[in-house]
Amino acid sequence: MSDLVKNIFRLAIFILVQVFVLNKIPHLHRFVVPYLYYLFILWLPFTTPRLALLVIGFITGLTLDYFKMTPGLHTAACLLIAYARPFVINLLTSKEASELTHHEPSPRGMGWGPYMVYALILTLLHHTYLVLLEWMQFGTFLDFLIKVGATTAISMLLIFTVELLFPRRLKYRTNTA
Amino acid sequence: MRNVFLFIRRYFVFLLFLVLQGVALWMLFNYNRFHHAAFLGVASEVTGSLNTQVDKVDDYFHLREENKRVHHMNDSLMNLMRSSFINGDTSQRLVIDSTRFDTLSKNRRYLYRDAKVVYNSVNFEHNYIQLNRGANAGIRDNMAVISSDGAAIGVVVNVSPNFSQVMSLLHTSNSVSASLKKSGDAGTVIWDAVSPQYVTLRGIAKNIEVKKGDTVMTSVYSYNFPPGFIIGRVAEIVADAASGFQLIKVKTAVNFASLQQVFVIENVQREEQLQLTTDTEKKIEQEKRTKR
Repeated sequence: MSDLVKNIFRLAIFILVQVFVLNKIPHLHRFVVPYLYYLFILWLPFTTPRLALLVIGFITGLTLDYFKMTPGLHTAACLLIAYARPFVINLLTSKEASELTHHEPSPRGMGWGPYMVYALILTLLHHTYLVLLEWMQFGTFLDFLIKVGATTAISMLLIFTVELLFPRRLKYRTNTA
Repeated sequence: MRNVFLFIRRYFVFLLFLVLQGVALWMLFNYNRFHHAAFLGVASEVTGSLNTQVDKVDDYFHLREENKRVHHMNDSLMNLMRSSFINGDTSQRLVIDSTRFDTLSKNRRYLYRDAKVVYNSVNFEHNYIQLNRGANAGIRDNMAVISSDGAAIGVVVNVSPNFSQVMSLLHTSNSVSASLKKSGDAGTVIWDAVSPQYVTLRGIAKNIEVKKGDTVMTSVYSYNFPPGFIIGRVAEIVADAASGFQLIKVKTAVNFASLQQVFVIENVQREEQLQLTTDTEKKIEQEKRTKR
């Protein structure tokens, strides 16, 4: 399957799961909102151009926004992590080690430690910006802090579960391919 | 000039990021103020058709509750039937007043339309409900929505040809005029985003006696809601130290997580009422100016 087709399928599945499963599960607590859809951006191939990353981030966020009736909210947060992603990857991996041998960020390719740090940084960025935008309209500062913490915790748990349940088969990139 | 182009080429990604970020924030703030956004009509059609498909399955999980609500509503309507009453006074003659049927447009104030919920959420600070009827079925902004057993749900904020979006009571910028059934004192119902089962009634003065379990209804002062539809029952009363009012926690009559069939209510005279309000304000302002 080509990268394009595979990622279109992934986007559809992530948005559907977010809208019809995670958004619909009974109210846990006012601080806890389970978010997973942005894992799509975390899973994009290393070779995605930065320009394309931004456009993909914009589309991902906007799609969810139209379902949730919050035009612009998730779009802004997705853009931020799409923009920050290349910097975080450069920070955490040496070029030879993973980018050349592996196709996309994954715990097996990067190692569990660096991958979880990568996921944590982007998750924290996404949620901080998202909750900040919501908080500007409503709530106290303490609410803001607790909500960022709780939402990040539940998202990391979800990411961890997804990585364990669906280990992606890795394509090793060789000269012959 | 050449340098400008070089600068743009060098920082193109960052500049695009800023532009897209600007677009996103503009959409967000614009939407929060006016409830309008680019392509929202088209997007509602797409999300609506998808939501309808998922809702077909989801329906089966709430059938029992829905059945109960409809039966409850039927029961209250049965009790209003003329045949349920006897005419004790023999000198009275029963006359059927046909004017309200003949001159429909003049006497009707509220018009009810049925609709079906296709998507709703309770988990966020801004909760919206999507209905399967839109502008083609005559639904417009600012129409009130009640559940199948007559409990207030929210107000229509946006319509596309076949679907409409309702701002539910569980929305932080929502405020609905409400009153206590017992004393008739009016206040405003808002939501503090804490629990989807409770809303807050504000603006009831401290000297008014409120008891746990009192009914809170839509008030006669609302332009959207007809009076007398239940919002909820008083669960807790807190005297607000900072003002002369009490904060009343109200348990909602409707379970927002299991909505299915709803009524959309049009206030036929809404435009006229609003026109009168603005005209009055203008008139008073003018009189002030001319006298001095």
